[in-house]
Amino acid sequence: MTQRFGKLAVRAGILATMALTALPAVIAQAAEPIKIGFSMALTGGLAGNGKAALAAMQIWEEEVNAKGGLIGRPVQLVYYDDQSSGATVPGIYTKLLDVDKVDIVMSGYSTAAIAPALPIVIQRKMLFQTLLGFNMNSEYKYDRYFSMIPAGPDAIHNFTKGFVETAMALDPKPKSIAIVALDAEFPKRAADGLKDNLKNTGMKIVYDRSYPPSTVDFLPVMRAVQAAKPDIVYMVSYPVDSAGLVRAAREVGLNARMVGGGMVGPQLGTFKAAMGPALNNMVIWDTYVPEKTLNFPGIDQLLAKYQPVAAKLGIDPLGFYVPPLAYTNMQILEQAITAVGKIDQGALADYMHKHTFKTVLGDVKFDKYGEWAEERLILVQYRGIKDNNIEQFKQPGTQVILYPKQFKSGDIVTPFNK
Amino acid sequence: MEPDLGLLLNAIVSGLLLGGFYALATMGLTIAFGMLDVVNIAHPTFIILGAFATYLLSMQTGLDPVLACIILLPLFFLFGRYFYDLYYRLFERRGDSAISGLAFFFGILFVFEVSLSMLFGPEQRQIDVPYAWTSFSIGLVDFPLRMVVPCLLALAAFAAITAFFRFTFIGRAVAAVGQDEEALRFVGINPLRIKRLAFGLSLLMAGLAGGGLLLIQPVDPWSGHTFIGRVFAICILGGLASMRGTLVAALLFGVLENMTATYIGPAWSPAVAFGLLLLTLAVRPQGLFAR
Repeated sequence: MTQRFGKLAVRAGILATMALTALPAVIAQAAEPIKIGFSMALTGGLAGNGKAALAAMQIWEEEVNAKGGLIGRPVQLVYYDDQSSGATVPGIYTKLLDVDKVDIVMSGYSTAAIAPALPIVIQRKMLFQTLLGFNMNSEYKYDRYFSMIPAGPDAIHNFTKGFVETAMALDPKPKSIAIVALDAEFPKRAADGLKDNLKNTGMKIVYDRSYPPSTVDFLPVMRAVQAAKPDIVYMVSYPVDSAGLVRAAREVGLNARMVGGGMVGPQLGTFKAAMGPALNNMVIWDTYVPEKTLNFPGIDQLLAKYQPVAAKLGIDPLGFYVPPLAYTNMQILEQAITAVGKIDQGALADYMHKHTFKTVLGDVKFDKYGEWAEERLILVQYRGIKDNNIEQFKQPGTQVILYPKQFKSGDIVTPFNK
Repeated sequence: MEPDLGLLLNAIVSGLLLGGFYALATMGLTIAFGMLDVVNIAHPTFIILGAFATYLLSMQTGLDPVLACIILLPLFFLFGRYFYDLYYRLFERRGDSAISGLAFFFGILFVFEVSLSMLFGPEQRQIDVPYAWTSFSIGLVDFPLRMVVPCLLALAAFAAITAFFRFTFIGRAVAAVGQDEEALRFVGINPLRIKRLAFGLSLLMAGLAGGGLLLIQPVDPWSGHTFIGRVFAICILGGLASMRGTLVAALLFGVLENMTATYIGPAWSPAVAFGLLLLTLAVRPQGLFAR
């Protein structure tokens, strides 16, 4: 009898524990969800990064809901495809705010989606966390804007600061530089910032040309660069052009000491695998690579969840670039809502301005205009890439961090064609 | 910039190689737009479709992309042949082919782009073949194989299609169908049958260009946008219905683009190339090789 009673008591105890554990989730399911609305590039030229960002945000959504939601409410992502076109964005945000009645708005991927959304968001006094927008709040100075690009307060100059510092640390000091930039807003701004940073370095600009987005053959560009005999070559480009520039640099046997810069593309897994050994010795900006100095808590778990999803969706298989940034945005929102305890746009913005957030990209703190308080772009050099196997890029040592000092994992190797 | 013979020769040769690819990309449009009067604005998207089909076959079988592309040519031809049937039933039969047809192909462009994105994802695709990283030199001039192979494909396709138009009865009928359908009927040929065949050839050429493009650069579903302006400009500059004109105009475009990129700056390349188009049309509105 006592034995039977004991078994019953154990079973009741297990049931009670299960019920208590599940209770927050049940309550969260019953409550009205916190709707987080945004546009996202799911088709069009930016869709590769847009889909990768969405995948990371959905991982966060699943995790939070599994834990019982935020402040007792489940979270729900409400998003529409902006087709990589800014023209669709104002309509999407009007619908999100007026029809879907979302609680929070965030940006889609990159400047193209952020710029057209900003006036609407400002008019409605909404909190606005953005993803990879370059220097977007410098004109508006909107106090509820928070940027997810680790370029720091002076993005235009910070974007090329590491490259110039690394170049000037070479022995002997370089005397000349060639600048090749895509004819588009971001590359032009980056090139302008570079020229400012080059003042007082004594480096002479021996080639400074932009190329149109429709360029197919980059050999003439690289031959003209080679003919100018620069010590350093800085290129700022978008993915298809970056591939053309890397190939052309190898084909003409570019003999500069340091080559790379602000290229967009090498941050993506498919690009790394396609270019393989051609990337060796290139020095390129990045936001995250799997070096031990950047092994922040949670980043490995995020990538372990993301990579199988990416394989199914046919998106960036490594996920080093956009997913950690998109996920970090969500972590910051989660920490702010939990601390504030309610959805109050002003209170959330105040909290975000005053606190430091623990994220998968390390500690994040914002300045008064919502940019990262400290610049934290990294400069990596590709080393020892043997073939086109993507797995090698998951290993430390293939993308050595040269800058900044606190994350440095190796010294630069020169020249480019070594 | 200092005078440098190597730089000059390389600018000319790389321009010719690039122009060769432009010719490959435009020959199909010359058939559709120049000969059949079908404003196929989706032609570059069909090139990208060819690139993705080649990518798929090559990745599944390990075949060289050029070989994979050649194996797929009959499929591109059949696709074009039946696609023209659809276009004919919807528009041309009703005498409604000008503006509605243009809108149709504009719609097709988006449908195929989104379909490719759904099937393959938005990431860029490229096949890594060892020779795509190889160059050989003759004197001061470099010949990167990733540009040489598409150019050779273009020359082979040009020779084959020119011979077909000149020496076969069906080929001559294709060349004639855009000019005078009635005359074709008088000699007992069904113009619709000839147009189907011609549009099949047009998409076959697009497929071949897709295989060539895969060697030159990575492709994504939207890569065709880069070529829309160029292929129409080359087709018009060449005289619309002339294969010889297309080849010459494409080579001219390529050389002008690369010479400008080398000596003035790449930002000026499109302005100079399209400036040539405007100048030619002002002096010779029918294009370089119009009949």
